[in-house]
Amino acid sequence: MNRNPQLNKHGELQHLLTTEGLPVSILLHILDTAESFAGVTEREVKKIPLLRGKSVFNLFFESSTRTRTTFEIAAKRLSADVINLNIAASAQSKGETLLDTVNNLSAMHADMFVVRHVQSGAAHMIASHVRPEIHVINAGDGRHAHPTQALLDMFTIRRYKKDFHNLRVAIVGDILHSRVARSQIHALTTLGVPEVRVIAPKTLLPSKVERLGVHVYHEMAQGLKDIDVLIMLRLQNERMLGASLPSTEEYFKYYGLTQEKLLLAKQDAIVMHPGPMNRGVEIDSAVADGKQSVILPQVTFGIAVRMAVMSILAGN
Amino acid sequence: MKIHIKNGRLVDPKNGIDIIGDLCIATGKIVSVNSIPAGFQDCRVIDATGLIVCPGLVDLSARLREPGLEYKATLESELQAAAAGGVTSLACPPDTDPPLDEPGLVEMLKHRTKSLDQVNVYPVGALTQKLKGERLTEMAELRDAGCVAFSHADAPLANLHVLMQAMQYASTFGFSVWLRPQEVSLANNGVAHDGEIATRLGLPPIPVCAETIALSNIIYLARETAVKVHLCRISSAEGVSLVRAAKQQGLPITCDVSINHVHLSEMDIDFFDTNCHLIPPLRSLHDRDALSKGLIDGTIDAICSDHAPVDEDAKLLPFGQAGVGATGLELLLSLTFKWATSMNIPLIEALNTVTLAPARILGIDAGHLTLGAPADICIFDPEEYWYVSASTIKSQGKNTPFLGRELPGRVKFTLTDGNIVYES
Repeated sequence: MNRNPQLNKHGELQHLLTTEGLPVSILLHILDTAESFAGVTEREVKKIPLLRGKSVFNLFFESSTRTRTTFEIAAKRLSADVINLNIAASAQSKGETLLDTVNNLSAMHADMFVVRHVQSGAAHMIASHVRPEIHVINAGDGRHAHPTQALLDMFTIRRYKKDFHNLRVAIVGDILHSRVARSQIHALTTLGVPEVRVIAPKTLLPSKVERLGVHVYHEMAQGLKDIDVLIMLRLQNERMLGASLPSTEEYFKYYGLTQEKLLLAKQDAIVMHPGPMNRGVEIDSAVADGKQSVILPQVTFGIAVRMAVMSILAGN
Repeated sequence: MKIHIKNGRLVDPKNGIDIIGDLCIATGKIVSVNSIPAGFQDCRVIDATGLIVCPGLVDLSARLREPGLEYKATLESELQAAAAGGVTSLACPPDTDPPLDEPGLVEMLKHRTKSLDQVNVYPVGALTQKLKGERLTEMAELRDAGCVAFSHADAPLANLHVLMQAMQYASTFGFSVWLRPQEVSLANNGVAHDGEIATRLGLPPIPVCAETIALSNIIYLARETAVKVHLCRISSAEGVSLVRAAKQQGLPITCDVSINHVHLSEMDIDFFDTNCHLIPPLRSLHDRDALSKGLIDGTIDAICSDHAPVDEDAKLLPFGQAGVGATGLELLLSLTFKWATSMNIPLIEALNTVTLAPARILGIDAGHLTLGAPADICIFDPEEYWYVSASTIKSQGKNTPFLGRELPGRVKFTLTDGNIVYES
């Protein structure tokens, strides 16, 4: 077996590719560092010089607005030069290979790549072929991983719930196709959350999902009982075409989060969503905008967490 | 040329021989086993002390990539690789570009391989035109041109009516139909076994039932049409059970497995190792163990290399987009030998799965050391290890999950029809 490809020979973070296999100490170091950056957002002068003179390339082979924007803001607050490339529309359509694109950009003295790609494993592939001084951050690869999203979710949970060791967390929805869910599951179990549940119809669960350390539920009534944290996942419209589900209406009725269903969870449960939301499909507006929702704070914390990841990588 | 192989360990599954002795060759044939004919002289002497002398290997699936895919490999490179791997006969599947669906193409391939004079090549013809699964090929003409069987390679054949007609037509002439069981709608663009690893890595899955449902269809159609069926690249425990049951019913079915699947499982994908992107997918440890058991009890007749050289660029892509397959001609002997050693399987039985058994499936006179038989012979050193790397592999494809590993069993000489085609 290979050593963990995201750690350098001193066991420090070289790339951030997945939350799987990261030691607790590194996860906590990221969260603590993010905590120190969280204040920067409120300060008058929003820039700190940690990444001054460094170039961060946002390589988005799959379109995204929010994730790319938060990475861009995070890098700029650290004083880095940010170059955004929407590659879905450029080189790849001209037949250039993924590694050719990356090699060309490396030649422009990139220090960090933030990569999103539709194929699972794309970030690993890039990380294993870049020069050793370049760091790669996975901003989402296929169904595999989206580690900064999971980390900002952990940050949010810690902000509101203080301790991971007495929590019950439920992830609801399309686990099968979700890189966010996979990264959340690994982060939660590593941080010591004693009970992680997934709630979904069987067509939206990958096989042997319980091997990831989660409890499987198919009904909200049982799955939401005694839950401290609810994470709702986005449901893509393609799922209806692929015969995974009959209709959004039926999905909403059985798995959509309404005020009524939220009553099944603990009174002080928080509601999270990685966005973008489909109101009336996986979550009712009353819940999304309700007092238990922490969906907007998640977005805000996303900047601090991405700043933390970039500054830690740049220091290693 | 006369050749005298001296003092080797002669292992011949067909004749049940496993002795230290001599073997003599003249005019391309074996002229003595464990003795020296009177007056046998003026010959090349090969000292095989400490070496194993066995029939040349017969490989049921080696993609040579010609015509049309020369950027992946050429006949020259791959036939040299075969000789270096101790392989003296091989069957090549029809999934070239264009596919082997016209007699002219097959004749050209036969002619080219014959002129290279390295190993015997047996083309397997396409079952349908362009491998599209719609119209039958001219099977009888293709047979006359040199095809030994008909297959659909890895191309989907979704229409069961077409499959049944193809089997019936082949049965008319007594041809064998070679099929790799995979129900395309269930494979559904998957790239890895539907299990723990695909779930962890977020790789689109291929469930076991994609194999078992296709197998059931094929088995029922085989019964209906009475055609000889050879099942290619079985990959799952449940698949092995289905084949076992079908054989117990007396159906004329044979079966092979790729050497990769005998050794590896989904676990070997590790962090998206694209060299493990294979068809069928590497399955669970349980499946892998069942494949070994199937080989031992004879449910699976033969091991093949499933040789599929892929150009380097095609493997430097994310797992799901990476080129499919592994180079294998030069690993088949070593990996079979390693399997036998680690499973405590008598060498003579293990060698049967890569010599006599596949020769019988092909219907050719090869894979044995009988007096008067063609002198197709592999001589290897069981004690010598070799390091698998881009520089030690002669095949143009350097892609194999075994890169960087040391394997036992080094081929020293390969003889085809009495000619030394490889010497290390």
